[in-house]
Amino acid sequence: MIYLDHAATTPMHPEVWDAMSPYGAAIFGNSSGVHEVSRQAKNALEEARERVAGMLGARPMEIVFTSGGTESDNLALKGAAWSPRDRSGVVAVATEHEAILETVDVLRRFGGPTVIVEVDNEGFVDSDAIVGAIDPSTAVVSVMLVNNETGLIQDVGAIAKAVKESDSDVYVHTDAVQGFASEEIDVNALNVDMMTITAHKFGGPKGTGLLYVREGTVLEPVLHGGGQELGRRSGTHDVAGVVGLARAMELAVANRERFRSQVGEIRDDFERRLIAGVDDVMLNTPHFGRSSHHLNIRIPGVRNETLLMRLDQRGVAASAGSACQSGAAKVSHVLEARGLTPDQARESVRFSFGWTSTMDDAVEAADIIVELVEKLR
Amino acid sequence: MRILVAMSGGVDSSVAAALMKDQGHDVIGVTLKLWSGPGGEAPTAGCCTVSDAEDARRVAAELKIPYYVLDHVDDFRDGVVDRFVHDYASGLTPNPCIECNRTVKFDRLLHRLGDFDCDVLVTGHHARSRETDGVWHLLRGTDQAKDQSYVLSMLTQVELSSTRFPVGELTKREVRQIAADMGMRSAHKPESMDICFVGDGDYRGFLEETAPEVFTPGLLVDTAGNEMGQHTGIVGFTVGQRRGLGVAVGEPRFVVRIDLESSTVVLGSRDDLLVSGVELSDITWTDGVPGMGDVLAQYRAHGNPVAASLAGTTLMFEEPQMAIAPGQTVAFYDGERVLGGALIAHTNL
Repeated sequence: MIYLDHAATTPMHPEVWDAMSPYGAAIFGNSSGVHEVSRQAKNALEEARERVAGMLGARPMEIVFTSGGTESDNLALKGAAWSPRDRSGVVAVATEHEAILETVDVLRRFGGPTVIVEVDNEGFVDSDAIVGAIDPSTAVVSVMLVNNETGLIQDVGAIAKAVKESDSDVYVHTDAVQGFASEEIDVNALNVDMMTITAHKFGGPKGTGLLYVREGTVLEPVLHGGGQELGRRSGTHDVAGVVGLARAMELAVANRERFRSQVGEIRDDFERRLIAGVDDVMLNTPHFGRSSHHLNIRIPGVRNETLLMRLDQRGVAASAGSACQSGAAKVSHVLEARGLTPDQARESVRFSFGWTSTMDDAVEAADIIVELVEKLR
Repeated sequence: MRILVAMSGGVDSSVAAALMKDQGHDVIGVTLKLWSGPGGEAPTAGCCTVSDAEDARRVAAELKIPYYVLDHVDDFRDGVVDRFVHDYASGLTPNPCIECNRTVKFDRLLHRLGDFDCDVLVTGHHARSRETDGVWHLLRGTDQAKDQSYVLSMLTQVELSSTRFPVGELTKREVRQIAADMGMRSAHKPESMDICFVGDGDYRGFLEETAPEVFTPGLLVDTAGNEMGQHTGIVGFTVGQRRGLGVAVGEPRFVVRIDLESSTVVLGSRDDLLVSGVELSDITWTDGVPGMGDVLAQYRAHGNPVAASLAGTTLMFEEPQMAIAPGQTVAFYDGERVLGGALIAHTNL
C-alpha cells in the first residue's frame, strides 16, 4: 500500500508503542490512587505533562489532556462560551474543522451569539474581518493553524495579536492538529490562549490529545466528574496514551526540520509529476502559505469518489478531505468556502504525506494517477 | 469478469455477491447512499438504512471483496423523491422503487461500470436473464412467489446486456440456505417492505412534511356528485383505498377516482372500481420490438397477468379489472418472459 492520507491519520511510530506498552498491563494504576502502582502511573503522567509543556512553550499546569482533537475543540469553545464570564459569543472561520463548526452550531442553537467569518478565494481569512466580527459578547475566537483539507496556513499569530489589541478579554483558540509535525509551535509566539493538538497526526496513538489552556483562562468543563486535570476534564487518565503523545511529540519536534525539507520535497515532486502528466490540473491551495505535507488538487472531469476507489484498487490510499461515517464522499465545505462549486469540489482530491512517505512511493503513485485519469476522462 | 455488485445489505444481494466471488470473478461491492434526512442523517427504517449499509460492509469484508458507499443522494432526490411528490400531487400513485430502478440503479449506477473498470452489474433481484443469438431476454425468477421481474420490466437491451441476476436462478429458500451455510449475518433478516425514504410507511405524513404546498383541500363526493365529506388534499389518496377516508356509511366505500382539477376525491362501491382499459405512457420493450394485439398484462407486483389487447398506447382488458391506479406500472409477459413495461397514464376508458 502507498499511504497518502497522513492528514487523516498516521501509522504509529514503533518507539511510541514501546514507550506506551509498560502502562497497559504492568503499570496499570489509576493515576488518582494512593498506592504504589497508581503513584507510578501518576509519575508517568506528570512527567509526560512537563515534557509536553516544555515543547509548546507552556507551563505544565496549562496542559489539559483529552481524548483528542474533537474533544479539545469542544472544550475550547463550549468551555469559553459557558464560563461564568459575561461573554457567550463565538467567532470562527468558515474553513474550520467540523469539530469547531458543529460546536459553533450547537452554541448557536442554544442561543449564543455566533459569527462565521468567510475566507478569500485563496482560503485566507483577513484579521480585520475577524476583529470586525468581535463584539463585547464575544468569548472566544477560533482560527485553525493548518487546514486539514488544503494545508493552507493562517497567520494565527497576527490574527491573535489583532484580536487582543481590539479586546484583550476575548480568548483566542487555534486548532493546530494538522500543523504539529511541520510547524514551529510556541503558544507565546502564536499569542493564543488555547490550542488543540492530537497525537495520531504525527505517529502517536489515536484517542489522545491535549488542549493548551493559558493560565487565567476561565473555562466551564465539558466533561464533569471526578475532577481530574484540575477540574477542567474529568475522567480516569489514559496514562499509556499520554505517554505515547509525549513521545510522539518529542519525535516530531526532533525531526521537524527534516520533515519539512524531506516530506516537502516528496510532496513537491509528486505535485510536479501530476502537473506534467494530468492536463488542466488545478491546485486548491496557493503555493505561498501552505504546509509541506498537504496537496489538494482538482482534476476537471474526474469525480473524486471514482478516482479514490480506483486508487484504492491499485493500492494507493488518499481521500477527498472529508467523508461521512459511511465512507461516502461529501462536498467539502472548505473548498466551497473558498469559492469552488459543489461539482468542482467533487473533482478535488487530497494527498497528504508524513513520516513514512518515500520518494519511490510518491513517484509510483503519481504514475498510477496519471494513468487512471487518462482512463477515466 | 470484473463485476460490480449492488449490495443493499439484504440476503439476496449478499448471496449474489458470494456467488460471483465463488465463480472466480473479480467482485467489487457497492451500496448506494440514496437518501438522508433534513440533517443529513441516513434513514433508520425501510431499506438503505445505516444498519443495512453496515450489513453490506460486513458481508463484503467476509467475502474479502472491496466495498464502497456511493453517494447518489442528488440523483435519488431528483429522479425518485421529487417525482414521487409530483406524482402524488398530480393524483397518481407512483411506485418509487421502480423509479429508483429506472433512474438510479439501471441508469446512473450502470453508467458508472466503466468508472470501476467492471464489465457487468449484478443485483439481488429475483429474475433471470438469458442471451439467445445476441438478444437478451428477461424471465421471471425461479421462485414464483418472490419473482421481481415486474419491477424490472422497463429494462431494455442496453441494461440487460450488462446486468446479471444470479439469485433469480434460486428459490428464496435456497438463497437463505446459502447465506446460512456461509454464516452470513443477513441470512435470517426480514425483507424490507417500506419505501426507504418514508420511515414507517406513512407516506401521507412524509408528503405533508416535505411538500405541504401540494395539499389543496377539497371534497369527498359519491359517484353521483353528492358531497360526503372534506379532505385536506388529494395527495396520498389512492384508487382502491378503503381505510382512512373519514366517511362513515353503511356499506364499504372506496376511492374510485381522483379529480386533480377540482381537488375532488370520488368514492364508490366495489363495482365502481372496475376498469375496462387504461392509457399507457413510457412504453418500453425488452428486445426493442414493439408488441401489439393480444398481450398478457400484469399491473401489480404480485398479481397475475391478465389477457388484454394493446393498440398504440391503449390497453383494453378482456375482463374489467379492479382498482387500477394511474402511475402504476404494467408489465407485459409471454409466459415466463417479460416483453416490456409501461406506466398507466389514465384509467377507465
